Amino acid sequence: MAKIMMCGNEVIGEAAVHAGCTFYSGYPITPQNELTQYMASRMTESGGTFIQAESELAAINMVFGAAAAGARAMTSSSSPGISLKQEGISYLAACQLPAVIVNMMRGGPGLGNIAPSQADYFQATRGGGHGDYRTIVLAPSAVEEAWHLTHLAFDLADEYRNPVLILGDGILGQMMEPIEVVRKHLHGKMANHDMRHKPWALTGCKGRKPNVIRSLYLGEGELEELNRLLQMKYSMVKSKEVRFESLYTEDSDLVVVAYGTTSRIVRSAISKARQERLHVGMLRPVTLWPFPEAELQKLANKARAFLVVEMSAGQMVDDVKLSVLGKKPIHFYGRAGGGIPTEAALLDIIRDILRPRSRNRVRV
Amino acid sequence: MKKVFERPRSLRNVPTHYCAGCGHSLAHRLICEVIDELGIREDTIAVCPVGCAVIAYEYWDFDCSEAAHGRTPCVATGIKRVHPDKIVFSYQGDGDLAAIGTAEIIHTANRGENITVIFINNGVYGMTNGQMAPTTLIGQRTSTTPQGRDVLRDGYPLKITELLAQLPGSRYVERVSVDTPSNVIKAKAAIKKAFRNQIEKKGFSLVEVLSPCPTYWGLSPKDACLRISGEMVKDFPLGVIKDA
Ligand SMILES: Cc1ncc(C[n+]2csc(CCOP(=O)(O)OP(=O)(O)O)c2C)c(N)n1
Repeated sequence: MAKIMMCGNEVIGEAAVHAGCTFYSGYPITPQNELTQYMASRMTESGGTFIQAESELAAINMVFGAAAAGARAMTSSSSPGISLKQEGISYLAACQLPAVIVNMMRGGPGLGNIAPSQADYFQATRGGGHGDYRTIVLAPSAVEEAWHLTHLAFDLADEYRNPVLILGDGILGQMMEPIEVVRKHLHGKMANHDMRHKPWALTGCKGRKPNVIRSLYLGEGELEELNRLLQMKYSMVKSKEVRFESLYTEDSDLVVVAYGTTSRIVRSAISKARQERLHVGMLRPVTLWPFPEAELQKLANKARAFLVVEMSAGQMVDDVKLSVLGKKPIHFYGRAGGGIPTEAALLDIIRDILRPRSRNRVRV
Repeated sequence: MKKVFERPRSLRNVPTHYCAGCGHSLAHRLICEVIDELGIREDTIAVCPVGCAVIAYEYWDFDCSEAAHGRTPCVATGIKRVHPDKIVFSYQGDGDLAAIGTAEIIHTANRGENITVIFINNGVYGMTNGQMAPTTLIGQRTSTTPQGRDVLRDGYPLKITELLAQLPGSRYVERVSVDTPSNVIKAKAAIKKAFRNQIEKKGFSLVEVLSPCPTYWGLSPKDACLRISGEMVKDFPLGVIKDA
């Protein structure tokens, strides 16, 4: 095993190829350009398809076609581009097509800036486009983890026939970290993903009845039935696919909830706080949807309080509230618009919650 | 006795929802006849539009995909790149192809994507109640041009097919009509050529079909056909626009 330095964007690209992705289309936007560029050369080398689309709308709809045709397909973008992709994501979910969509979030709303942000949480976890649907959302916090979660994303997409989002930010996408991979896997030819397990795919109707990929249901009660089936699928995902990491939660008076890049800053603040004998721990959701509700409910019986830290004005805090159900106080600290929480600021807040003084605190 | 006429194998034996005199049902039939004659039914994948033909897959007996409004050529592109040896065609109205999906069709043609596009130009948005389309004629009354299309307010009829013919990526572009029996025969020949081009991997081919919409033109089926030859062909002349 050798360790190699790669940035998060490239690692996701390589992992996708390795997972059998044979189709990528995208449109440039910072801070995810390394991924589009990586796919441009890797798809060509490995015999897959790369298309630089004329827009994010085109890119996601090409992915729709490729997914309908049975391929493992991926696209990537950053916040403003993901807003455009929402049309296609809603159609993918409705047609129950598997696809992987990467969002390396940047500051918004609008054109915003290109600094790291986590302000697309609502958009990612609530569906984002029109209609009653959900996407599975995976949030890596390190380059190595991005490798594993990209593989998982393709598997979950196929298993549930549902779009899966990988939600990161500019830091994860662009920072380089050593990653341990079997060297021969890198830059090799990908395993051709087997399409035989997709009997619903459009491959020409030789020897079978024609397949139709559709989301239009005009007959009385038909669409309601589709929605019922979709909701059943989502319940299954909720019961089987929750993933999280806990740090010191067994003896924590205060549980910090954070994901992705923010969780790394929280982690180092916590290790400083532990040196001061402060009983603080962290729960890091790896799946943002489904959200680790049950785990938080359990922790709500033990911990004294929760602190949610996000690079947003407070979006995940809603999910934490819904999980803790008013049992314990929930504090929030967030930086929006590309600001990054510092370890010192977090340490101050942790101290303040656990050793209350007269200072005003943010509480939600 | 010799059988001279029958339902194409690719066309399901079901009643359609189209209005009397609508050109969609004719165009559907021609496509199916061509697919049968070329023997490609089991290799064909269609991308159906949003618009009156939204449930074309209820009538076509081969693999079909839906697409979001105007994104039809992107979905076709995705399918074709995954299955380069299958025959992929998109079927689009003038709202789909010349309004919301203008960018998509231009870039698909410009990439020289080896697909076939059947473009139904009825000069209105049929499905949503007969509003103005980019192809609506000057002076034509629609539900959003109640006084007639006014150039100062609404701009000019968009000759998207001529525009596409300018692109080096487009291989074959022809405008046909289904208003008279002889034009129907020509339309079928053009559609056949567009499919054959794809089989021969010649690249992007598009057939624009001038198609009557009696309901939203406020005319009888017969008068709607007469309107095509009398008015519509002045702005949208029939014939091969490009055959490179
Ligand atoms: C994003 C989006 N916008 C609007 C619509 C509503 N809509 C459905 S069909 C249509 C017009 C279709 O016109 P055309 O493509 O000319 O086909 P026709 O109905 O005339 O055959 C519109 C605007 C939609 N389905 N999706």
